[in-house]
Amino acid sequence: MDSGNTAWMLMSTALVLFMTPGLAFFYGGMVRGKNVLAMLMQNIFAMGILAVLWAVIVFSLAFGDAGNAGVIGNLDFLFLKDVGIGGAPGGPESFLGFLTIPFVLFCAYQMTFAIITPALITGATADRLKFAGYATFIAAWLVLVYGPVAHMVFGGGWLADMGALDFAGGAVVHINAGAAALAVILVIGRRKGYPDEPMPPHNLPFTVLGTGILWFGWAGFNAGSALAADGIAAQALMNTILAPSTAMLGWLLVEKLKNGHATTLGAASGAVAGMVAITPCAGFVGGMAPIYIGFGAGAVCYLALGLKARFGFDDSLDVIAVHLVGGLFGSVILGLFADPAINAVVANPGLFITDGGTELLKDQVVASAVTLVYSFAVSLGIAKAVQATIGLKASDEQQDVGLDLSLHAETAYSN
Amino acid sequence: MKLITAVIKPFKLDEVKEALKGAGVNGITVTEVQGFGRQSGHTEVYRGAEYTVEFVPKIKIEILADDAQVDAIADALVSSARTEKIGDGKLWITDVGAVQRIRTGEKGPDAI
Repeated sequence: MDSGNTAWMLMSTALVLFMTPGLAFFYGGMVRGKNVLAMLMQNIFAMGILAVLWAVIVFSLAFGDAGNAGVIGNLDFLFLKDVGIGGAPGGPESFLGFLTIPFVLFCAYQMTFAIITPALITGATADRLKFAGYATFIAAWLVLVYGPVAHMVFGGGWLADMGALDFAGGAVVHINAGAAALAVILVIGRRKGYPDEPMPPHNLPFTVLGTGILWFGWAGFNAGSALAADGIAAQALMNTILAPSTAMLGWLLVEKLKNGHATTLGAASGAVAGMVAITPCAGFVGGMAPIYIGFGAGAVCYLALGLKARFGFDDSLDVIAVHLVGGLFGSVILGLFADPAINAVVANPGLFITDGGTELLKDQVVASAVTLVYSFAVSLGIAKAVQATIGLKASDEQQDVGLDLSLHAETAYSN
Repeated sequence: MKLITAVIKPFKLDEVKEALKGAGVNGITVTEVQGFGRQSGHTEVYRGAEYTVEFVPKIKIEILADDAQVDAIADALVSSARTEKIGDGKLWITDVGAVQRIRTGEKGPDAI
């Protein structure tokens, strides 16, 4: 047990927890005023239901029997059994035996990831989800999708065993949530009135505030994923500042060239795209790599905004462009920049690094593709099942009135 | 008695208010309104998607005036609200049949 590491992980857990309300405001500002409470509610509610599910079963599915090179954990930690204030129950030789923090803190830290990941989906489905359907969907999704994917990548499952790297969740969080978002919007269809009716953001100051909270919290997300207060955490923190900065610049440059204006929403969106892309890379790359990764992510994610018009789906707040494309970009580009000099876990250096090769690149592509396909397929099944039973999409009338009033009997703003 | 109604650019409100006070006006009513005229709307861009906003925010001012004062008030308003660019707004004058001050019950020009 190390008090310095424990102190940093206590802090990191609080930082990541703060990201979910930050996300609520990031998204809440972009929806129409009649749906802002429904958006805030979906996010804050994730902190309610998912924390409980994590403690009851999903932590065990993700981190039980860690290092088994399989697809899912076991039920050893059901109801937080053996999740105590000491080290990992398996002892120093076990997969999680390297931890120098209380095991219950590791569980709490990972819980904050499990809370925000399903919440990311709410941006794609904004303005048209029934609340009960949403609650059922994210609960089932956490068990059937998040648990197994977290195990395969973070819990020493087969993707990790194969050699794929994911420092803080490029695959587990962003590709995973992005692919699920795509599946759900294909099941529920478009918002009423889209794309003929204009649906501009109602409060961009909220969105900028949310971006600030997300960026602040992301320090815990990425630097905390070192699971220690060490040099790797410091490098991850540096990268988590540089990549969003340059992603903002990349996004704004392309936006200015294509549309004539550098917008506030563009600056916020670009920064978030950079946070997403650096997530898998944060503790594995150094030097100027985060600058290249961020700049590329900003430009690529901006261009990916065109996908929804091209393919005709209604991704309300561009979760596909920012999280799915940004997550894929970061996960794959790690195959170019992963550097053993930064982190000894890097067994196969990236292509652009001394003695580097294509082995890691290949593993990254496989892990990204597996995550995408698994999440998309299972999410599609869950969404269809929920739609067919309790219903997932709000009616046209509910959408017209606004979800705040029709679903929650509240309004955000008095007249 | 007349009612002078004007629609002006919002940022001109302070200047117009001072000019009206200078012309002897004792009270005005101000409303935030939106509409379109020859200026038409403007375009907003969010993540590359363009929206046309057809209604432009304006300020509507209403002033009750005695017949003798109307021209001076209208002149003060027009000259203070003018920028000579499209979208400066309009002013119109209508007859008022009766005016009454609620506090005292005074009627006619005394109530203005």
